[in-house]
Amino acid sequence: MDIHEYQAKEILAKFGVGVPPGALAYSPEQAAYRARELGGDTWVVKAQVHAGGRGKAGGVKVCNSDTEIVETCENLFGSKLVTHQTDSNGKGIYRVYVEGGVPINREIYLGFVLDRSSQRVMIVSSAEGGMEIEDISANKPESIVRSTVEPAVGLQDFQCRQIAFKLGIDPALTQSMVRTLQGCYRAFREYDATMVEINPLVVTEDNRILALDAKMTFDDNALFRHPYISELRDKSQEDPRESRAADRGLSYVGLEGNIGCIVNGAGLAMATMDTIKLAGGEPANFLDIGGGATPERVAKAFRLVMSDNNVQAVLVNIFAGINRCDWVAEGVVQALREVQVNVPVIVRLAGTNVEEGQKILAESGLQIIRASTLMDAAERSVQAWKSYSVKEPN
Amino acid sequence: MSILIDRNTPVIVQGITGKMARFHTADMLKYGTNVVGGVVPGKGGMEVEGLPVFDTVAEAVENTSAEASLVFVPPPFAADSIMEAADAGIRYSVCITDGIPAQDMIRVKRYMYRYPIEKRMVLTGPNCAGTISPGEALLGIMPGHIYLQGTVGIVSRSGTLGYEAAEQLKAHGIGVSTSVGIGGDPINGSSFKDILQRFDDDDDTHIICMIGEIGGPQEAEAAAYIKENVKKPVVAYVAGLTAPKGRTMGHAGAIISAFGESASEKVEILSAAGVTVAPNPAVIGDTIANVMK
Repeated sequence: MDIHEYQAKEILAKFGVGVPPGALAYSPEQAAYRARELGGDTWVVKAQVHAGGRGKAGGVKVCNSDTEIVETCENLFGSKLVTHQTDSNGKGIYRVYVEGGVPINREIYLGFVLDRSSQRVMIVSSAEGGMEIEDISANKPESIVRSTVEPAVGLQDFQCRQIAFKLGIDPALTQSMVRTLQGCYRAFREYDATMVEINPLVVTEDNRILALDAKMTFDDNALFRHPYISELRDKSQEDPRESRAADRGLSYVGLEGNIGCIVNGAGLAMATMDTIKLAGGEPANFLDIGGGATPERVAKAFRLVMSDNNVQAVLVNIFAGINRCDWVAEGVVQALREVQVNVPVIVRLAGTNVEEGQKILAESGLQIIRASTLMDAAERSVQAWKSYSVKEPN
Repeated sequence: MSILIDRNTPVIVQGITGKMARFHTADMLKYGTNVVGGVVPGKGGMEVEGLPVFDTVAEAVENTSAEASLVFVPPPFAADSIMEAADAGIRYSVCITDGIPAQDMIRVKRYMYRYPIEKRMVLTGPNCAGTISPGEALLGIMPGHIYLQGTVGIVSRSGTLGYEAAEQLKAHGIGVSTSVGIGGDPINGSSFKDILQRFDDDDDTHIICMIGEIGGPQEAEAAAYIKENVKKPVVAYVAGLTAPKGRTMGHAGAIISAFGESASEKVEILSAAGVTVAPNPAVIGDTIANVMK
């Protein structure tokens, strides 16, 4: 789960990480008022969306007056910000964060991630702050300083000092850098984060270390023990189809194609999408309905897939192991009687009792295109989608 | 004819009183697995499927000489159960549970390394379908009847894609020595490399089928290992060619977050290491049959 910059800064500040003074606003007028409260004569207005690359996309503006702040905010509020990390629809702007301007001496990149190779928390840092980490590793890989944390004892001060010296931090600021790194690590541990990224972490002209931007991502599997973090979820930043799916316990990712997919198992779901692509089609979604393909789950899945207006065919691919095919087939038939599906439906069943399953589908009186293998299912789906889209173009 | 488990391996089920655990315990017994008991704290003295339930894994091991365990414990408590098994002297544990926090798994891995290698428990999963040695024993939730006994070793991150492979092999009349699910989580007990090593050392496995997916460094690490060490032919498939970057595709670990983690990059890396890569999931069986000719 992602949170906003201002929320991440609030959390990190609690753990001793320095952040510039700032305030949240839900309207242009409120933003101007917040700026006056903060004082000074330069402010940065930052669109709060769950995506990186806001600066380049026009979501971060330096303002020097009330009127400038109001004008900037009027353009931002209610618009969608499209960055290189969002899809073409972008993310809606409903909150802005106003920060006092900070005179900067140098910028540093700082990230904490779950490193899957070492199976530990890894600190990734670079003196080339302000650039995206992807660009740093492509263009200045030698500038990257990595350090992993031994899980039994946690991050040690000497590791933090090592990082500070390697980054060439002013020796007078070593302690401050240690405090910053320890604060990030403690926040990461305490709240089951999977990523903390501060880009840039800056050294100001008056020699302070501040997080100018902050991004935190949390482990969905650990939210049960962090009600405080769960409450920070902002559904306005999620694809509404995905939010609905998540609320119903289904794993769904919306894509841009026309062939809807209903599959059991994440691996098989990805493989089904791949096969559709190979057969000349484009999948509309990833959807894993889990091990038990009960009629209720299949019906929920159909409703979800059909809520995407681009869908012009639906492929159901179920490998029935413990659940027998005849039982799954009955579920599909029942779901199709409950949910209005007016596009072609292709069903491929495999596993236990496959003949009985096929028979139930055939005798249901419903318009179901039956397929035997994965390839066969994908080809029939692409065919059905093509003839449907000719008949009923969007 | 197998790695990790056979018909003699005495097995306990952790969390045996749960609905799913009961169902699959009955299924494993039917398959011929030597299930000898279960563990649920506070329910010692009960019986499930005619098997004794113990309060602790240590007690279960003492009374049944169990060597393997199947963990069916809900996510908040699963990591603790795995560590309990490691401490009680269990040799091999399979964790089925989906949804264990990643930092819990970091602690589990660190805990297991407290033990010297000869006493260290082997863990596969979490978030996997289990391990089956066809005709010998089933330690997990897979449908036993889709597997023929044979010489192909399967190792897969995905459960259902592992089934798909086994069924395609069955259609060719080809059987499996052991099929191991390593699970879809970012931090897992055993990697592809760990299982490849076991298959390579197993006389009854003649060819290895490896089913990967997007996300993480495991396939690339396996490729490097195969190139240097594995003597047997390896056939692979990598799922997720159409998966967008930065999105989690069902499995917590199936997310492209770094260079080399996309399906096409993994296919390239594996091919360069001499692995035969099946171009699509529908021809995993055909590809293996061809290599076996």
